[in-house]
Amino acid sequence: MRKSTIISATLAGFITAPVAASANELVLYCSVQEEWCRLMAESFQRETGINVLMTRRSSGETFAQLKAEEGQPRGDVWWGGTGDPHLQAAEEGLTAEYQSPMLEELQDWAVSQAEASGFRTVGIYAGALGYGFNTELVADPAPGCWADLLDERFRDDIQVANPNSSGTAYTLLATLVQIMGEDEAFEFLGELDENISQYTQSGAAPIRNAATGETAIGIVFMHDAVAQAVQGAPITAVAPCEGTGYEIGSMSLVKDGPNPDNARAFYDWALSPAAQALGAEANSFQVPSNRNSPVPPESPSLDQITLIDYDFATFGSSDTRQRLLSRWDDEIGARR
Amino acid sequence: MRERQVWLAVLALGLMVLPWHNTVPSGASPFMPSALGLAADGRGWLWPLVLLLPLMFWAGMRDAAGQVFLALAIGGFALLLAQGFVVGLRGPSLDWVAGVFPTSTQGQTGFGWGGFVTGVALLGLIAHALALRGFCRGDRFAGSAVVFIVALLGLFVFFPILKLALAAFVGPDGELAIGPFLARLFAPEIWRLDCLTGGRRCGVVINSLVLGLLAATICTTLGLALALIVSRTSFRFKQTLRALSILPIITPPFVVGVAIIVLFGRTGLITGWGAELFDIRPTRWVYGLTGILMAQVLAFTPITFLVLLGTVEAINPTLEEASQTLGAGPVKTFFKITWPLLRPGIAAAFLLAFIESLADFGNPIVLGGGYEVLSTRIFFAVVGARYDLGNAATLAMILLSLTLIAFWLQQRWLGRKSYVTVTGKSDAGLASTLPFGLKGVAWAVVVPFVLFTLGVYAVVLVGGFVHDIGRWDLTPTFAHLNTAFAFEISANGVQFFGSAWNSMQTTLIVSAIAAPLTTLVGIMTAWLVARQDFAGKNAFEFGTMLSFAIPGTVVGVSYVAAFNVPPVDITGTAAILVICFVFRNMPVGMRAGLAAFAQIDRSMEEASSTMGAGGATTLRRVVLPLVKPAVFTALVYSFVTAMTAVSAVIFLVSARHNMATAYIMGRVEAGEYALAITYSTVLMIVMIVCIVLIQLIVGARKLGRRREFQGQTTPAE
Repeated sequence: MRKSTIISATLAGFITAPVAASANELVLYCSVQEEWCRLMAESFQRETGINVLMTRRSSGETFAQLKAEEGQPRGDVWWGGTGDPHLQAAEEGLTAEYQSPMLEELQDWAVSQAEASGFRTVGIYAGALGYGFNTELVADPAPGCWADLLDERFRDDIQVANPNSSGTAYTLLATLVQIMGEDEAFEFLGELDENISQYTQSGAAPIRNAATGETAIGIVFMHDAVAQAVQGAPITAVAPCEGTGYEIGSMSLVKDGPNPDNARAFYDWALSPAAQALGAEANSFQVPSNRNSPVPPESPSLDQITLIDYDFATFGSSDTRQRLLSRWDDEIGARR
Repeated sequence: MRERQVWLAVLALGLMVLPWHNTVPSGASPFMPSALGLAADGRGWLWPLVLLLPLMFWAGMRDAAGQVFLALAIGGFALLLAQGFVVGLRGPSLDWVAGVFPTSTQGQTGFGWGGFVTGVALLGLIAHALALRGFCRGDRFAGSAVVFIVALLGLFVFFPILKLALAAFVGPDGELAIGPFLARLFAPEIWRLDCLTGGRRCGVVINSLVLGLLAATICTTLGLALALIVSRTSFRFKQTLRALSILPIITPPFVVGVAIIVLFGRTGLITGWGAELFDIRPTRWVYGLTGILMAQVLAFTPITFLVLLGTVEAINPTLEEASQTLGAGPVKTFFKITWPLLRPGIAAAFLLAFIESLADFGNPIVLGGGYEVLSTRIFFAVVGARYDLGNAATLAMILLSLTLIAFWLQQRWLGRKSYVTVTGKSDAGLASTLPFGLKGVAWAVVVPFVLFTLGVYAVVLVGGFVHDIGRWDLTPTFAHLNTAFAFEISANGVQFFGSAWNSMQTTLIVSAIAAPLTTLVGIMTAWLVARQDFAGKNAFEFGTMLSFAIPGTVVGVSYVAAFNVPPVDITGTAAILVICFVFRNMPVGMRAGLAAFAQIDRSMEEASSTMGAGGATTLRRVVLPLVKPAVFTALVYSFVTAMTAVSAVIFLVSARHNMATAYIMGRVEAGEYALAITYSTVLMIVMIVCIVLIQLIVGARKLGRRREFQGQTTPAE
């Protein structure tokens, strides 16, 4: 009789209760290229012995995940990805306030990102929006402006991410609205839609597809296009002539995360020149935010690009973001 | 009464010692995190549960017939659930509870060890009391097994589906209402028929149905052609073909889609040839319906082939011989005799392929382009930035309904007529050969399919070990293997740096835990259904089959809806992955078990129990050795499925517990095809090794039959 008890207890016993978080860990939500994410996690692990559990998701997806986990967060640090969703997370109280001792070493734009959020996020890199085209697929004349993308020869040959999931694509949306005005921007996107073959999930996927020739043009951040060219793909990066927006890639601490001390250790480390130099090693050519970090020679120089005066406060706010995204869903997404 | 004492001791452990919640509530003393401690600390709603313990001890001493005892145990279990569901993370859902227990407004987190152990103990006590009252003819072991399996099915199959159905009715303001559900159900993006009338896109349900019907038709045709060629012609490589048909089953998802892009994408190899030789302008034609269809045909044809091969081989050749003796030619014989007998097999194969196609997630997400199907739309509604659980739930209910209708049709179609041809009378006839024209058609259909399959697997085989298969750069390299599986041996021991180690480790551990559990639950259930009589047996059997019919995407979403919040708050753990696999794959173990039990006469078990063995001993010493083939099937199936499943786990993985398939999907999304292919190849090798290991451990069924003729074993004088 006892044996039967034991067997039935085993049968039921695998309703295993959740395992408590062990001490020396860091749960990292990473929103840049996988390769860079891996290198960051690995380097931090080597240096500190803290075991890094890393998930790579696009910034929009990570924001959705933070929201879903509100109340019992499972992540510690959200590193990378465009600044807008970071600002929105700060606004909604999903991330924690922290003033790193490294702040004084940072560029002005990185500090102003921190100030705009009440020190709930900080800039870690910057990069301009643009697009890249496959030189084997695009004949002369080469495109050089946003308006060139409406050309009929690019029918079904352009890719861009879905602004709902990707910060890159949202930056495009916000940039066009700031250059053209809202109604005109949506008119432009509607015409552009004729040429779009697919709205991808991840922001950099379009340029990867352009590199392998699956599409002719990918609208991405210029450093992503440069990265493909450096790796030998027939890609030319374009800084559009009408001017373009840029991102301030950001980092935030998840509020009430399971390992707050390790999170702060990572935060300070990630702002150091040594950690920021890892980007170029991983073929990511953003401009780093620490003044002492070396700027990779391949990086598209921000001084030589016509940059608009991007209004991060307005376009990073929940209201504007939601309004623009739902308008995009209604007018562009609904056509699909 | 030893059993009762053991269970009562377990109950005491759960209520008085183990931590009740999965985290110690803020403000509570960390030294007394048990239910007793928390109740004494002011969380009054736990008192009734704690007070149950002395009551049950008292009843256990006084109540020999077990009536009061049973009522107490059931009441206790109900109380356990009630407190868990009413007092949630952010306070009680019923106002009067807040009035009676003001502290409950602080809320409580999910069950920890204490809560779960208490539940298990109460179930054990219920089973014990039921057995006392004659349930399962008083067989305590069988009684406990029924109670536990019903409870587990309830918690991990029915509760999530119920919760999901509810989520479909929750509006944006969080209130239950019919309005939002109807709005979601009849949204034009679901049912739109534009593509038939020249518009751009159809609704997502229409897309899924079109894809499912096309895939099922093509797969069934190909499967039938293959089955006829293997069984009715003098085809030489039958065994090879059979072995190859296993390949898609152990192929991780996505990799076939990637191989198709490498071959047929705009810069693909074959597209390139087409452009050079025939001057066809390279396009993106492979993205969308065509591409998904190609991948699904490759993946599901082996399944229809195996089903139809069984049917073709089961047809008694004497019938066909009789037809030919009576003067019918081969063509007439085929269409008048063979074809009608094939129909149930064809229907089964068709519906199977249809259901698989509906549930498929990996191929549409890689090759879909703008062509959205239900499974991908559900995925993006849950993990994407367009997070909308209500919408996902509605779509999941639609997908579930479609699948259930297909299952129901299958049962109905097969249930109506008799197709029995294997009768035990002589079937020594020779199967008729195929009519010439049909043979030609069959070959014409099969040859391109086989070439296509070989091409895809050649890419898979080569792709992981060359520099960049996507750009057709075929320099051999181990760089991808190194990225995924690098390790260093240093003073600190072995350190794993490859990016794939984490997910590989989790996948292996989870699969290794899930496979034996799945087998155990499956075979136990089969044994209960085949050998025990108890009230509600039919409902029990139906319930187990239901868990098989639910598409993986729906299971995933329902687990998110059900287990992301207290009281059973287990998302983000490895346990939820194991549980998900056990209950998804358990019906296969059960089917294998049922088939095996049907072959074994009860007399051996009766002999065992006559000689004094209880249910458990009989199961272990007599039944299990006899059903070894079923155990093997169940182990292999559940192990392989756990390694390659993606549709459900993609919702359940976390940073801590990532699975191989989820990792591969990330690589595919990021365009790192070579890494994805390398990892898939490694996974396939690991699976083959594990299958061989399982074969060695489980071994063959050893029946005490003599292997040689008597005359040969006795030495000649």
